[in-house]
Order: sequence, then structure tokens, then C-alpha cells
Amino acid sequence: MNSKKSQKIAFIFLLLATLLIIVPVGLIIAIIIQKGLPGISWEFLSDIPRKGMRAGGIFPAIVGTLYLVSGAIIFALPIGLFSAIYLSEYAKDNFLTRIIKLAIVNLAGVPSVVYGLFGLALFVVFFKFGASILSGSLTLGIMILPLIITASREALESVPYSFREVSWSLGASKWQTIRNIVLPNAIPGILTGTILGLGRAAGETAPILFTVAAFYLPQLPRSIFNQAMALPYHLYVISTQVPNVDEKIRYGTALVLLTMVLFMNLIAVVIRYKFRKKKKW
Amino acid sequence: MRKIKELILEKLIFICGIASIFFVVLIFLFLLKEGFALFKTVLPADFLFGRKWYPISEPAQLGILPLILGSLLVTFGAALISIPIGVASAIYIAEVAPAKSKEILKAGIELLAAIPSVVLGFIGMVTLVPWVKKLFHLPTGLTALSGSIMLAFMAMPTIVSIAEDALYSVPKTYKEGALALGATHWQAIWRVMLPAASSGILAAVMLGIGRVIGETMAVMMITGNAAVMPTSILQPVRTLTATIAAEMGEAVVGSEHYFALFAIGIVLFVISFAVNVGADLFLHKKR
Repeated sequence: MNSKKSQKIAFIFLLLATLLIIVPVGLIIAIIIQKGLPGISWEFLSDIPRKGMRAGGIFPAIVGTLYLVSGAIIFALPIGLFSAIYLSEYAKDNFLTRIIKLAIVNLAGVPSVVYGLFGLALFVVFFKFGASILSGSLTLGIMILPLIITASREALESVPYSFREVSWSLGASKWQTIRNIVLPNAIPGILTGTILGLGRAAGETAPILFTVAAFYLPQLPRSIFNQAMALPYHLYVISTQVPNVDEKIRYGTALVLLTMVLFMNLIAVVIRYKFRKKKKW
Repeated sequence: MRKIKELILEKLIFICGIASIFFVVLIFLFLLKEGFALFKTVLPADFLFGRKWYPISEPAQLGILPLILGSLLVTFGAALISIPIGVASAIYIAEVAPAKSKEILKAGIELLAAIPSVVLGFIGMVTLVPWVKKLFHLPTGLTALSGSIMLAFMAMPTIVSIAEDALYSVPKTYKEGALALGATHWQAIWRVMLPAASSGILAAVMLGIGRVIGETMAVMMITGNAAVMPTSILQPVRTLTATIAAEMGEAVVGSEHYFALFAIGIVLFVISFAVNVGADLFLHKKR
């Protein structure tokens, strides 16, 4: 066989492999939209679950997820951003920096259920927060920390060094330079990372299993020390733990969760795209 | 005054800078604190190599060998599917795809990475599981095979994007040199680019597999959750992660069962630590 022919065959196989990933992705999304859309109504989105979750809506789960995600970001964004500033502006190329980077990689790789265990041991039991929005938010916050650090650091480092030099030469201090020159130019990148973190936190189930998630709680949480329902856990419950749930409710819940997560990803992509166009350097 | 303010700020920035180290250590310490309590009553060897996991019988039997083998079986299956497809797809996207479809393909892969695992688990339950049941005439489609297929999909985004990066960072001159010597594009990819990117691709594979071992929800929903020694890929199995997720809700805080689940957490933490440090070494070797 000549080499031209073998190239053709090889490339066809490569294409097939790619399609084997992309086509199912399209199918998954198409199925969820097609079967979930009939279940979506204003009542479904705004009502509490009724009849043992076999009827009614998913409003408490949506609210619970929003609370959890906001809590996670309030905790993770300041720490993540400052950590990124340290790595990009202050850290020297030494052993400590190497260890920090390794820790970030490891934090990103810890299985989500292990975060759940950790949250249970530290926040629920040791700090006695109980199963609550507070415990769940903190657990999710630590989980998305590496994502926010990595994205923010890339954003900060992509600001040209000459910007800093100009600022210093005008007499600005290091912190003034970071605040007035580096941060404003890095905001789109930081925002992108933050929104991706939000999406990740909204979709995770295992970390909230034992730290906050309520099986069935047909009311809204009153304080951060309350348990709450959450969308991903609710989907898990109605698809495995409760028999005879109408297909429309299952697919509808999956669609709402998927829409929420993909919408955040879409915003992140749009910001990244707009920023690339507007880039001044 | 401003000097003092900046000094305090810089200290704060430093503290946040080392927060990641703090959290990794904190996670490990708390897993150890709760998990090691188990070994007052159970020998570590009996825990790791015991063949029976009956946590609520009297007396409880807490051997996690079936769970370890369950995780290995599912992971091995997922690796077998996702590595060739993932690497091939990375080559296609990095080298072969026309510029326009390249962006769309990358977006599609990112989309897959963004889908929450509980949604993938749900879709697996309603599509893949009945399909496996019918195809192999099984009493149930909740099998290790279903888990492997689903997990392969969850590993692919990681494998594709990191392997693609690795291929992309091979110096252009390598490829041009091969082409100038008369090699076809495919020969240049196969003989020159792949070997040059091998350590990055290896890291991609490791991180993909790390994701598979740690995956919880999808695997719990579609592998059938039978904590027995696995004998076939067409049987229900239970993984380490699924055991924690499924049983922690019922375990009483401070009981032997509770400690045992934390001890499983230690095993998972150590595995993910080894995978990530290993992958990081490979990625740095490249540079």
C-alpha cells in the first residue's frame, strides 16, 4: 500500500474517532431538549414539589442551587483572586511557588466525593455548622478555587509587562500598579473563570450530598444554617430514589439544570470572544 | 499610612497565595483524622484486601477489595475506550481538521466537559442502560460495561484538550523537517509529532483516567451498585466513590462504618494525588 493511501485511511479513522465524541454530545443535548421541553411550564419553575416529588415544580431546588452557587463564589472569588495576584505578581521562581502550583493541580484533581467527605468532617461535624447552606457553599467554594486561581492567573499574566513598567516609572507603588493597571485589564479573563466556576458549582452533586442537600424540603431556606434542596441532587433523587416519577418531570429537571450550566458557559465564551476582539495589545 | 496599608495587603495576598497548600493539607488531615480511627478496630490489611463488604451486618465486614476491583474494572474499560478515541480525536483537531470546523469541534468537546455528571448519569440510565441490556440479553443493563462507556465520555474532554495542547506545542520545525524529507502528512504525524508529544499525551491520559477514578454520580447511577467481587464486565459492580456517596447518608457519625468510608476517602485521595503529581512531572518534562 502506498503512503498516500494509508494517509487517507488514517485520516478517515481520525475523523471517525472525533465524530464518535461529537455526535453523542449533540444527541445527548437534543434528547434532553426534545423530551424536557414539554415538561417546562411556569408552574414547573415556580411551584414547590408535590405528591412526593411526582408532581408540582422544582422552585426550591432552583433557589437552593442559586444560594449554594452564590455562597461558593463569595468565598472562593476573593481568595482565588488574591492567590492569583500572588502567583502572577509576587511569587518568585522558587520551591514554594512550585509547591503552590502542585497544590493547585492536586486540589483540582481531588475527586468530588472526597470534597463531600471533607466538608462533612470539617464544616458539618467539626465546626458544627450542620448540614446547611453554609457548609455546602464552603465545600463547593474550595472545590472551585483551583479553577478560579488558574483562570485569574492566566488573565493577570496576559497583561503585558510593559504596562507595569510604565506605571512604576510614573511613581506608582506595586499595589497601585496592580489595582489601577493590571486588574482592570485582566477583568474579562477573571470574569470568565469566575462564571465557569459558577457553572461547575451549580452542576456538582457529590460535594453537597452530605453537607447540605435535602431529599425533600418543600419550602425555601430561611437562613444559611438551613438545609436546602439543590437541582443536581434533586435530579439524582427523582431518577434513582423515587419510583414512578413522570418522565416529563425528570427530563424537565435535567433540562433546567443543563440550561443553567450551559448558559453560564455561554456567557463565559461570549466574554472571552468580545475581549479578544477588543484587546489593545 | 499608605505604606502600612500596602504592607498588610501584601501579607494578605501572600496568605491567600499559600491557601491552596493549606487546603490540600487540611483535606488530607481531616481524612486521616476520621479514617485512621477505623484502624483501631480493623487491620489495614483486612481493610484493603478483605473480600467482603457488609458494613451493616453484625459484626460488620469492612473489606474493600471488591470495591477496589470494581473501580479498576470500570476504569480499565473506560481507559480502553477513551484513550484511542481521545488521542485520535486530538490528532484530528490539532493537525487534520480545517480551521473552520476546528473551532466547532473544540466547542463541542468543551460542551461535553461542561455537562454535569448527574445529567450524564441520567442520560446513561435512560438510553445506554436499556441498550446494553437488550444487546447482551442481560437481566439488568446496570453493569460495569455501561459504567465504562459513560465514564469514557467523561474522560475524553480531558484527554482531547491536553493531548491537543501537547501536539500543538511540538515545534513547527519538526513537522516541516519531516515533510521536507518527503514524508506524507500522516507519516510526519505518526513518526515525528506523536513521539515528540508523547510525554504530554501520557499526562493527558493520566489526567483523564484520574477523572474516571474520581467520578461519582454517573457511576453510581449506572453500574448497579453491587458490592461483590466482580467476575465479568457484564455484571453490576460498585466503585470506591459510589460506595461513599451511597452509604455516607446512612452511616452514623463516629461509627465504624463512618470511619471506613473516610478510610476509602484516603485511598481515593492518595490515588488522585499520585496521578496528578505523576502527570505534572510528565508535563514539566516536556518544557
